[in-house]
Amino acid sequence: MLERLTWMLVRHPWSVLLVTLLFVGVSGYGAKNITLNADYRAYFSHDNPHLTAFEDLQDQYNKVDNILIAIVPEDGQVFTPRVLSMVEAMTEEAWQVPYSRRVDSLTNFQFTRSEEDDLLVSNLFEDAQLLSVDDIESGKNVALVDPVLAGNLVAFNGKATGLNLTINLPGIDPAKEVPEVVGYVRDMVAKYEETHPDIGFYLTGVVMTNSAFPEASEQDVQKLYPVMILVILVLLFFSLKGLWGTLATFSIVIFSGVCAMGLFGWPGVSVTPTTLAAPVMIMTLAIADCIHILMSYYQGIARGLHKKNAMVESIRVNFQPVMLTSLTTAIGFLTLNFSDSPPFHDLGNIVCIGVLAAFGFAMLYLPAIMMLLPSKKISDEFAQSSKMQFISDFVIKQRTKLLVGMSTIIIILLALIPQNKLDDNTIEYFDWSIKFRSDSEKISETLTGIMSINYSLSGGGEMNVADPKYLATIDAFAEFLRSQPEVRHVNSFSDVMKRLNKNMNGDDESFYRIPDNRELAAQYILLYELSLPYGLDITNQVNGDKSATRMMVQLDKISSAEVIALDGRAVQWLKDNAPVHMLTEGASTNVMFSHITERNIKSMIGGLVGALFLISFIIMIAIKSVRLGLISLVPNLVPTGMGFGLWAIFDGQVGLSLSVVMGVTLGIVVDDTIHFLSKYVRAKREMNLSSEAAVEYAFNNVGVALSSTTLVLCAGFLVLTLSPFALNAEMGLMSALTIALALLVDFFFLPPLLLWLDKDKVGSEPRSQDNKELPEANKLSATL
Amino acid sequence: MNKIITAALLIFLGSSAFALTPQEQGLAIAIEGDKRGEGYEDSKVNLKMVLIDKKGRESARDMRVKGLEGVGEEGDKSLMIFDTPRDQKGVAMLTFTHKAKSDDQWLFLPALKRVKKISSRNKSGPFVGSEFAFEDISSQEVEKYTYKYLRDETLDGMDCFVLERIPTDKYSGYTKQISWIDKAEYRALKVEYYDRKKTLLKTLLNKDFKQYLDKYWRPALSEMVNHQTGKSTRLIYEDYSFQVGLKGKEFTKNSLKRAK
Repeated sequence: MLERLTWMLVRHPWSVLLVTLLFVGVSGYGAKNITLNADYRAYFSHDNPHLTAFEDLQDQYNKVDNILIAIVPEDGQVFTPRVLSMVEAMTEEAWQVPYSRRVDSLTNFQFTRSEEDDLLVSNLFEDAQLLSVDDIESGKNVALVDPVLAGNLVAFNGKATGLNLTINLPGIDPAKEVPEVVGYVRDMVAKYEETHPDIGFYLTGVVMTNSAFPEASEQDVQKLYPVMILVILVLLFFSLKGLWGTLATFSIVIFSGVCAMGLFGWPGVSVTPTTLAAPVMIMTLAIADCIHILMSYYQGIARGLHKKNAMVESIRVNFQPVMLTSLTTAIGFLTLNFSDSPPFHDLGNIVCIGVLAAFGFAMLYLPAIMMLLPSKKISDEFAQSSKMQFISDFVIKQRTKLLVGMSTIIIILLALIPQNKLDDNTIEYFDWSIKFRSDSEKISETLTGIMSINYSLSGGGEMNVADPKYLATIDAFAEFLRSQPEVRHVNSFSDVMKRLNKNMNGDDESFYRIPDNRELAAQYILLYELSLPYGLDITNQVNGDKSATRMMVQLDKISSAEVIALDGRAVQWLKDNAPVHMLTEGASTNVMFSHITERNIKSMIGGLVGALFLISFIIMIAIKSVRLGLISLVPNLVPTGMGFGLWAIFDGQVGLSLSVVMGVTLGIVVDDTIHFLSKYVRAKREMNLSSEAAVEYAFNNVGVALSSTTLVLCAGFLVLTLSPFALNAEMGLMSALTIALALLVDFFFLPPLLLWLDKDKVGSEPRSQDNKELPEANKLSATL
Repeated sequence: MNKIITAALLIFLGSSAFALTPQEQGLAIAIEGDKRGEGYEDSKVNLKMVLIDKKGRESARDMRVKGLEGVGEEGDKSLMIFDTPRDQKGVAMLTFTHKAKSDDQWLFLPALKRVKKISSRNKSGPFVGSEFAFEDISSQEVEKYTYKYLRDETLDGMDCFVLERIPTDKYSGYTKQISWIDKAEYRALKVEYYDRKKTLLKTLLNKDFKQYLDKYWRPALSEMVNHQTGKSTRLIYEDYSFQVGLKGKEFTKNSLKRAK
């Protein structure tokens, strides 16, 4: 059946070529529907509790999507008429930014004071160009001690200031809205940069984070894809040692990537940089299929077979292993659907489509296209390598030492796994080549904390924010937070109330405290609300029915674990010191990302266990042995564990993408085991060889192929490390590491393990028993 | 069609000018609308303000509003007394609208037992946390805007003028407003508010108009929807009464403390 099909293909190569091109064209056309996602929320499932909590908070108050523009004069002088008037002009202009809801700056800060018994509310600096030295000095004195401004919109040392734009994205089409806002702000800033070359401008904030994702995506495509293509060509040329095979394989690699992205893109999807790692992976995986088939084909030609016969023979020999490995790889990638983070679903599904497409192309299109290309005689390059004989001899001779030594190494590395710390930081997702990263770091250094947590503190009823007890509690909570080393700035409504109380009492410093009367506080709030100008209301801090306020906490750049720990201490403080209705957990993008890896690992485990069962079952069928199938679990599982152990030594920070590496590599790692075990089993069963001789046979038959595919796979995944997007870079590095370790385990641990556990018994009873155990499986694999 | 309207308008206004520019036409409509509201002398109404957030959660407050019609060049005066929430009961706000300059406002805080003047720039911020700014609910003096007639349109079966008006006050929160004024009674049925970056911010719908003293039309419900935040506010007016004999001395800074 298969042979007949292959014969048909090799006889009608032009038709096959035409059909293939048509298929690739039609499916690939869907890629035009793909847009670049510009919303960090893409990384969270809809029912993620931390996302829900954060959205709920944003519904209650105003949104906190923002852009922070830091303004850092070279000479460290912010409080000059020139700089202040520039800030004033920028503040005014920033109201024109699309979707802006609010602009806060040093100049439009609503400074309240008492004058002739009236509450005067005005901009802290107005018409700065005309201000006297004394005016500026008194404004500066206010700014550097005001709890709202200092450490937030003006640096404690007064050497930098900032403009915070609150942006209310409609969220209908983030792929358009985010670049629109960011483009506008960058143009605006560029204008000021030109007129003020001695002032540095830096941008960060939620909207800038959103914008960094598509920017990283673009860089990925521009940087990774060309390198990937070059790497493929070089690898192919060296492993196939010929131009025509290289070209044929290259076309398959490209077709597979195009098909997968195209088919995935047809419904119209938006992709994150994570998704864009898919083509690189597909291209890498597609090469392996082709190498197996072409190597057998060339060997056939070298033996003197005709092109067509050689191809038919090659397909016959390779169909089952290539199908098996494609299947297990696809299963491995499908486990990414268990991830809590949707972009990994896309990644897994695209690669799955790509792997299956590559299998189809390798089986149907490759035989045909090779007929159209000149064949060349291959020398004994493809004959068995003497190096493999050497390794084989070494492994068999030193089996006990290897077994003990490798076991020790494996156990040590596995023991090191818990040393890894979970860490996700949206800022560190991007490397320094992305401006968002360097700008954010600069802002952290000069102005304020670039991470944040919000606490929505309920007073338990309408207008209860005016309750002196409530105000005293949030004030103490703010003080507690300020005493934490990671905390840079706390914005608490209690500060507003203290200031108002002072103002209403003739600016008497001794009244800088919480008003002791509820009605008084409520009426101060009313007066204050009625005194604030356009856009600078208190709805970002106090909710609609005045039953709760929001505390905004700016943090240093800290790790996920530190965010979770800080939040834990804050929650504990509330438990100890606040009434039950005030109990809440922190909510912010940073909190969301801090929990994402842990959630992701938990959600992945089920999928991985399932996939492992399925894959082990497939292996048992393929090699027709339950016992060997169980043994295969070791080389399938151990490499990932060793990888994480090594990671603990050299890096130790495990982020979102590493939590899916097992899914990515499982199906690939299994391939080595399948190839090795199937040859081993064939030697024992069909040739009746001893275990020792079977190991030697396996080495000589698949050793070279395994080494070269491992080389190809490692090279392909290492291309991802060039990505400016850390999630891709780390995923690539860890996958390459795992795949390399898999070869190490398959060469130096699996054989000694087999020689130990699969000892030759007297007679051939065990083997025949094995055969009897799986009669169904026999039939199944025979039909494959 | 346009000619007929223009002609009708000309006859209507008794104007002798031939071709009115859209600006003149717009101003004429505003003046006519203002004229039709003249002569009410004073008014009293109970007002319920319902704040509705994005999720549909509601919170309400009650207040009473007394108004005194301005005479001659003087603008209208108004007194707003808060009844709920409990902690703000008795707070009273006095407003003198002015035609040419910013309005004057004072607030009496019973807990402090003092009257405080409010900054004149405040009128564009949200009024007590609602989606209304004070400039939306204060007396709409003709001089506070420049006008431009845009087109005719039917709204809910009523023939309307569609008018653009641009605030003259630099502290206004709006770059322009588009209002739908019905031709029969010159009532503002709908107003769209455009923010400082000229994007649509809010839409006001005035509903359930009732006529008082056979002359003055007032809505029983005003609904303001903020398109950018998804929040909205309803103003429900109850028990309107006119010409109840309010005096100017009830609308002074000193009388604020006694306002009930």
